[in-house]
Amino acid sequence: MNMINIKVAAIEQVTPLVKHFTFVNKDGTALPAFSGGSHVVVSLDINGRVHRNPYSLMGSPEDTSAYHISVRKQEKSRGGSEYMHENVAVGMQFKITYPVNLFSLAKKGRKHILIAGGIGITPFMSQIADLKRTGADYELHYAFRSPEHGAFVSELEQGCGTKFHCYTDSNGERLNLDELLSQQPLGTHVYVCGPNSMVVAVLEKARNFGWPENHIHSEQFLAPPIGEPFKMQLARSNKEILVPAEMSMLEAIEAAGVEADFLCRGGVCGRCELQVLETDGALMHNDHFLTDAEKASCKKIMPCVSRAKCERLVLDI
Amino acid sequence: MVLGFKQETFRDDYTYCNSPREIKRFPFPFAEDRYMYSVNIEPHGKGKEGSVFEFALDIDEHYVAECIDKEITLEQDPGRYESLSHMMDAQWDFVELSMESLARDYPEHFSLKKNGLQWTWENKPLGIKDTFTFGDASTLAMDPFEYMGRQAQGDFVLLDQRDETLYADAGFVTTQADWSLAFNVGMSWKEWHGPVPRVTELGVMDRALKYLLNLQLGSPVRRLNWTMTINPRLDTSPESFPRWGSDRNTVNADNVGDRVHLRVELQSLFRLPRSNAIMFGVRCYLISLNEIATYPRWAKRLHRVLKDLHPDLIEYKGMTKFHPTVVEWLANFDDGVILELGTQPE
Repeated sequence: MNMINIKVAAIEQVTPLVKHFTFVNKDGTALPAFSGGSHVVVSLDINGRVHRNPYSLMGSPEDTSAYHISVRKQEKSRGGSEYMHENVAVGMQFKITYPVNLFSLAKKGRKHILIAGGIGITPFMSQIADLKRTGADYELHYAFRSPEHGAFVSELEQGCGTKFHCYTDSNGERLNLDELLSQQPLGTHVYVCGPNSMVVAVLEKARNFGWPENHIHSEQFLAPPIGEPFKMQLARSNKEILVPAEMSMLEAIEAAGVEADFLCRGGVCGRCELQVLETDGALMHNDHFLTDAEKASCKKIMPCVSRAKCERLVLDI
Repeated sequence: MVLGFKQETFRDDYTYCNSPREIKRFPFPFAEDRYMYSVNIEPHGKGKEGSVFEFALDIDEHYVAECIDKEITLEQDPGRYESLSHMMDAQWDFVELSMESLARDYPEHFSLKKNGLQWTWENKPLGIKDTFTFGDASTLAMDPFEYMGRQAQGDFVLLDQRDETLYADAGFVTTQADWSLAFNVGMSWKEWHGPVPRVTELGVMDRALKYLLNLQLGSPVRRLNWTMTINPRLDTSPESFPRWGSDRNTVNADNVGDRVHLRVELQSLFRLPRSNAIMFGVRCYLISLNEIATYPRWAKRLHRVLKDLHPDLIEYKGMTKFHPTVVEWLANFDDGVILELGTQPE
C-alpha cells in the first residue's frame, strides 16, 4: 500500500480531551489535495506493535501544505489515542495512508444538513470548507457535553455565521431532530457523525420522515472492541494464531507476518473482508459493512473490528 | 525522452503506421492462447522503461496526429465532450493530474510552472502556452477538462461516486470502440455495462465495481481491453458509423494484413483528490496484422485466441464479417509450437 511519510509540525490542546495535530510532508513538498469528509489512517509503532487508527482530515482540502487531525483521548484506549496524547511530540515522524473518503458530500444535493456530536465534528470541518467554496446551502448542528468540550466553536461561529447552531448539553440545550428533519426541502441530504446513540437517532428519524436512503449519510469509525482472546487458523498461510483480548483479528494477522488487505480499519469500507471457511461458535460482527443476511450466514467477517467466540475458526487467508 | 512526432492521418487516406520501436512496445494483450473476460486489473505503477506502462499518461510518436484527429472529430460532433455541472472539481483534478504527469515525464515537450494558483502551461509539440488561475474556469478559453482532453492521447471519462456506484458524469470521447458518450453520460455502472455479454453471470462487473469504489488516491490501476478495427481509425463511434461501418465488408485475403488492426485499450483508473471522482482513461493503440506478424510469436498467439473465441464475443466486438478471413490469414504463421505464457513479442 502506498503511504505518505509525515512529520508532526504542531500540537495544540483544544479541549481537556482533544488534541489537534498538524502534519507536514517529511520531504517538505505539498501533500495531495483531498475532498471534504476524507480520513487518513495513522500508523504508530508502539512498543513494537503497529497500531493503525483512522482520523478525519480537518483542514481545508485546498490547503496542501499541511494535514490536520484531532484526536479525542478515549477512556478505554487500546493504546492509540493515549499514545497520541501522551507520547507524540513535534518533530516525530510517521506513515499515514493517502486520504480516503467514505463520507463524501452529495455533489448534486440542493441543501446539506450536517449533524455532529462531540469529536464527530472533525469530518465536517473539511466538508464545510468544500461547501463554502462551492457556495452550497448548508446548516451545521453541533452538540457537545459542556462548554469546555466544545472544540472549534469560535472558529465555526466565525466561519459559518448563521448557518452554525450549537447545543451545549450542560446548559440544557438539545437538538430537536423532529423539528430539524421534518421540514426540509426536497433534495436535502443529511450527514451525521458522533456517538452511536446520536447516529442511530438521526438515521431512524430520517427514515421515519420518509427521507430517501441515499440522502442519509453517516460515518462512525469503530474502534476494535476489547473482547476475550480466541484462536484462529489462517488456512492459506498455514498458521494458527491467538487473537489477544485487546488486539483485533486484523492486527493479530498482521502481527503474525501475514499480509492482509485493509483500508479504513473501522468496519466501514469492506476492503479487509475475509471468507470464513469453518467455525464452531459465534461470529461477533461489529462492522457496518456486511448486510444482516451476510452476517447471519457466518461465511464472511471483517477482521478490523469483528471477533469470534469459538473453539475453532478457519479463515481463507 | 525526446520523441519525434509523425504527420499522419487516422481517416480518409489512412497514412497511420507504426515504426519498429512503436511495434515493439505495443501493449499486446494475450498472455495465453485463450481469452475470456476476467477482472484483469493490476496496479498502474511505473512500468518498464520505454514501455507504454512507464508513465501515468503515455505519449508516443502519434501524439500530434492524434490530437489533430481529435479536433476534427470534436468539430464534426461537439457532443463528444460532455460534463454535468457537478463535475467541475473533477475537471480541475484532471487538469492537475494531466499537466503534472506530462510535465514530469516528458520535460522536453511539456512544462508547468506554478506561482500559487497562477499556473503557466506550455505544450511545445502543439504550440500552446497559457497562463491561468487554477480553480477559476473563466481564465481558460474552454472547460478545463476539454482544454487538457484535447492535449492528451486517448479518451477520458470522469466517474462520480455516489449511492455505492459510479456515474459517467463527464467525458471526452473521440477514439472509442463503438460506444456513445452522448448515450452513456449520466449512466451508472450497471447501466453502461448492460450490453456486455457473458459478464453478469460471471459476477465480474459486481466484483470490479466493489474494487473500484475502494480505489485509493495514489494507487491507480489499469487493465487492457481489445477489439479489432478495419483501417487505423480512431473514431469508430456509433455517431460516425456511416463513415466506417461498411469497411468491415471490404476485407479479403489480399488486404487483410494491411486493413485489419488489433485495437488495444490501455484503460487506467485514478482516484481524483478534490472531487473523490475516478478518472477512467482509455488510451487506444492500433497495430495492423502485418505489423503484428513482424513478431511471429504474436501472430501465433493471436491466431489461437481468435480461432477459439466465443461466438458471443465475436459478435459483440463487431468481428463477425471478417473473423474467418483473419483466422485463415493468421493460420499461415502458426506452426503449432507451444508458446510460453506472457505477452512479450519475442
